[in-house]
Amino acid sequence: MHIQIRPILAALRRHKAGTLLIALQIALTLAIVCNALFIIHQRLANLSAASGVDEANVFVIANMWADLDRSTEQVDAQVRADLLALRQLPAVRNATPASGYPLRGGGWDNFVTMTPEQVKPTTDAAVYTGDEHFLDTLGLKLVAGRNFRPDEVMVMGTQQAITPPTAIVSQALADRLFPDGNALGKSFYAMGTAPSTIVGIVDPLHRQGVDQWSNGYAGQALIWPLRADDERGIYYIVRAKPGQLADAMREAPKALYAQNRLRIIDPVDGIQDYATIRHKVYDRDRGMAILMSVISVVLLAITAAGIVGLTSFWVGQRRKQIGVRRALGARQRDILAYFLTENFLISATGVVLGAVLAVAFNLWTVTRFEMSHMSMAYVGIGVVALLLLGQGAVLAPALRASRVSPVEATRSV
Amino acid sequence: MIGYYLNLALRSLKRNKVLTALMVLAIAVGIGASMTTLTVLHVLSGDPLPGKSGELYYPQIDPQDARGMMPGTMPPEQVTLIDGTNLLRARQADRQALMAGGAVPIQPDASALDPFYVEARYTTADFFAMFDVPFLYGHGWTGIDDEAHVRDVVIARELNEKLFKGADSVGRTLRIGGTMFRIAGVLDSWRPNPHFYDLTTGSYNYYEQAFLPLQTALELRFAKNGSNDCWGNGTGGVVGGAYPSATCVWLQFWVELDSPARAAAYRQFLVRYSEEQKALGRFQRAPNVQLRNLMQWLDHNGVVPSDVRLQAWLAFGFLLVCLVNTVGLMLAKFLRRSGELGVRRALGASRRALLAQLLIESAVVGTAGGIGGLLLAFFGLWLVRHRSSDYAALVHLDAAMLLVTFALAISASLLAGLLPAWRASKVAPALQLKSN
Repeated sequence: MHIQIRPILAALRRHKAGTLLIALQIALTLAIVCNALFIIHQRLANLSAASGVDEANVFVIANMWADLDRSTEQVDAQVRADLLALRQLPAVRNATPASGYPLRGGGWDNFVTMTPEQVKPTTDAAVYTGDEHFLDTLGLKLVAGRNFRPDEVMVMGTQQAITPPTAIVSQALADRLFPDGNALGKSFYAMGTAPSTIVGIVDPLHRQGVDQWSNGYAGQALIWPLRADDERGIYYIVRAKPGQLADAMREAPKALYAQNRLRIIDPVDGIQDYATIRHKVYDRDRGMAILMSVISVVLLAITAAGIVGLTSFWVGQRRKQIGVRRALGARQRDILAYFLTENFLISATGVVLGAVLAVAFNLWTVTRFEMSHMSMAYVGIGVVALLLLGQGAVLAPALRASRVSPVEATRSV
Repeated sequence: MIGYYLNLALRSLKRNKVLTALMVLAIAVGIGASMTTLTVLHVLSGDPLPGKSGELYYPQIDPQDARGMMPGTMPPEQVTLIDGTNLLRARQADRQALMAGGAVPIQPDASALDPFYVEARYTTADFFAMFDVPFLYGHGWTGIDDEAHVRDVVIARELNEKLFKGADSVGRTLRIGGTMFRIAGVLDSWRPNPHFYDLTTGSYNYYEQAFLPLQTALELRFAKNGSNDCWGNGTGGVVGGAYPSATCVWLQFWVELDSPARAAAYRQFLVRYSEEQKALGRFQRAPNVQLRNLMQWLDHNGVVPSDVRLQAWLAFGFLLVCLVNTVGLMLAKFLRRSGELGVRRALGASRRALLAQLLIESAVVGTAGGIGGLLLAFFGLWLVRHRSSDYAALVHLDAAMLLVTFALAISASLLAGLLPAWRASKVAPALQLKSN
């Protein structure tokens, strides 16, 4: 089928304003939809980031102390008694003290250097503390080295700075510090006066926070063998036996209160399972993804409706002209092809302009909003989607045009 | 005349219901989306203390060691306990307050209530006068009380409701963390947003329930909240190990200065102080001071989440597409009526009259779109309020934003109608009459 482009261009020249408006609308839609898709994809990728935790069976208790005038030794004795009580529960597999947990939404992190004199830090790592039960309680996978021994676990009081001589690090941190591999047995400094030697490597282990600034340090975490006996409170991370999460979550606070009543476990969010923790920490990302999806869908719908509206108007205006063409021998499919081609030409102009706008908008968000650079694949997907959308939208009016009878040519002139 | 045009407009809009609905919907959706995001932005970037914020300043000095010093680096965002105390005692401003956030366990007498933690602020006396904090009963403590480590507490209205059923509790005692405190005052509802005086505890929707004298809280080793930034290796405690060391910043210091001249003088004082400390060997860096007023401080910290700003920009892009769409549809609609307009021209209507008629028609569409947009904005804000972000509960449409919505909707649709109306009003009457 041979399509005459020149007459189409000639006709478009007579509808400059309308043509430009559709092209502009397609361009703007493309620019916004590409960037929205990019944002959606980024945020969804966050949502499914692996934590390394056995999320189906693990929950966290935020335990606050009601009496503040106790010594670190007294607090530590209570913490050890609490852990013993938790581990003895029938539905509980293991429990550990902690100062934070993966996906908590922020917490302790230290700069890491290779020497104590080093001025510019090598990297930044999330800091976890726990005893020899930490790995098993969270369900972390030890890929090299060994777990902490009970005698390595040290006690850390409120605002005390203690640097244990041993540490277990995440694979991501090991790779960053020692790119040649074999990090095991090597040491690093994490804002302390003494070094810590790597005795084990786990993979994966998510950081506590999910903020944008920490994206450059993704998955970099270290675990120190410490019971952080802050006089204010402590986290107990508990792993239930498979399928007994609900039982364990019900029994655990009762067991703790039976140990000592002078504690405060918030009735609303004092005990959280990992489904809740994950849901909360990614709420902002999920909200953004939903909003961007809605904006994209509505935008595409409006653009499609705009194309249908304008093309319908053009078809109505040109009924006579179409009738004449039909009378002169043009087939229905020629008329159909005419309108489809016309739309394609307009859309093509729009998407070229739109691709430029999309990239420009992305570059602007990179400078203003710390976004990353968008891959051209998103622009490609957007271009294809908008060209298809244009063809789809124009189909109904074009079909109506193709059904114009040749008799129209003779009417009302 | 306007009545007649209005009548014509309604008739014309009724003639093509689908097209009209499409235009109204496009404007409504565009306005709804941009008003929702704009309202969130407006609420989050508001002035927490209108009328007072220009006189409140946040001094910053740089006590860090020389390691890693680069020209142009900002001083730390908080102060050390030593510097805060020094600046406080220097009394170089009209009012000054040194403070830190914390949490304290409240142990009610009533056995019906279990002990519970509340967010607290440990501060010096000027806090209440400086920030215009409203009192329901009683008042704050004085600078002399600060030095005397007095066991006084000011509680928020909400806590007073919970503990004393809203009665005037001034003079009564309250057990906090094992120590008896005298209630000196009860605040009326006071919810500054953002939580400007300490952004490290979260910027929005964070309210302390108990206010305690700083020295008293430190003496009792009450737990602190918020962030510490330390430098150098190794940290020991200041007060029996309960608080960050002298190489950590963790307190906020605010001053009130009633004129720019006073502010300039205070800046000079900060430079002098830094030089003195350097001469004493405590500071290692050249004087590096900042004195921002409240709004500059919020701006510097970028308290408005970048997601919210990005959403506002995207929503306005969205509105732009909706407008372009409406321009196209209006163009089609007006041009289709060339015949009718030609007849009106031939019968003596001026070009200006046609323009007025068509613009009124687009204003009708704009008003309808504005109403729809407003409804959508209410719905959008309702959705925002049901998210769990810290600012969700604050987002409400106020009268100013309501007016902005309507002005935006009508001016947007008039703008969208301008090109099509102008184009259509240019019809040559003779040509239109001939071809029909």
